[in-house]
Amino acid sequence: MEHFTPWSALIGGAIIGLSSSLFYWGLGRSVGISGIWGDLFGSFSWVNFAFVAGLIGAGVVANALSQPGSFFEPFFEPVGYSKALMVSGLLVGFGTRLGNGCTSGHGVCGLSRFSFRSLIAVLVFMVAGMITVYFRSTFFRGST
Amino acid sequence: MSLKFSPLPVFVSLLSGALFGVGLLISKMALPSKVLGFLNVAGIANETWDPSLGLVMVGAIAVHAVLHRLVTLRGFKTTAGGMSQTILNQPVMKQIVSHVDARLVIGATLFGVGWGTSGFCPGPALLGALNSLHTLYFCGAMTLGMLLHSVWAKVFFKKSLTKQAETNECG
Repeated sequence: MEHFTPWSALIGGAIIGLSSSLFYWGLGRSVGISGIWGDLFGSFSWVNFAFVAGLIGAGVVANALSQPGSFFEPFFEPVGYSKALMVSGLLVGFGTRLGNGCTSGHGVCGLSRFSFRSLIAVLVFMVAGMITVYFRSTFFRGST
Repeated sequence: MSLKFSPLPVFVSLLSGALFGVGLLISKMALPSKVLGFLNVAGIANETWDPSLGLVMVGAIAVHAVLHRLVTLRGFKTTAGGMSQTILNQPVMKQIVSHVDARLVIGATLFGVGWGTSGFCPGPALLGALNSLHTLYFCGAMTLGMLLHSVWAKVFFKKSLTKQAETNECG
């Protein structure tokens, strides 16, 4: 368990909970990032656009701050290009729309409302993710 | 379609998005290796498992469950027509869909397989979209997957599509 970072996980998680609560208080709905992003392409709304702009903006600022060896360095890591990365993107996009939610929508918001539907979704995508990691590390060792 | 631009809701949304990003950054969930470290349950046996993602969920749900309840009970106002509205005059979305169906299970399965392949889900991917070309590629593929779903849904679920749009939960 040498990679375990309990405090940053709890504090970061609490901030995610605060963000979801602020959005619910002001906009009257749950934060679901796959929904907010996906809906932009069907019916544009400034509210959805602003959320994504804030999210991407936070990433750009963090990236500008991160220098190798500095406190901010572990915010991002290099991502290797592979066909698997593209297939993964397609699956994440299609799956979150079909299942009506991702880690934020079903995970954070759905579970906070004690939604049975979201609980099932979370269990299914967590187990599917775990099985995928297991198979990939067993049969495709070394490839990404 | 809502092209109406009202500054306060848009500002609160922008703030929520930025705050969400800060939460992802601090929790290290912007790192696919942390996500894959959690999904790698085989690591429990040789003590390389990383339970961090689980604690991120615990922290987020602990805060949001309390505040969600508080906002639902005290934070909204009722209009003359009896509708629930936020302080910023936004309609409060009721959660209508509550049943588990094949689309939910198949959708979550496909998402889980994709998530376990790269370690990216939509939030962290968009957060890092402009940080590396490959994250941007991932976001492009993800968006294409979403568009493919709309095309597929239009062809096979013509009737239920409008219904789904109305009841789209947090999504």
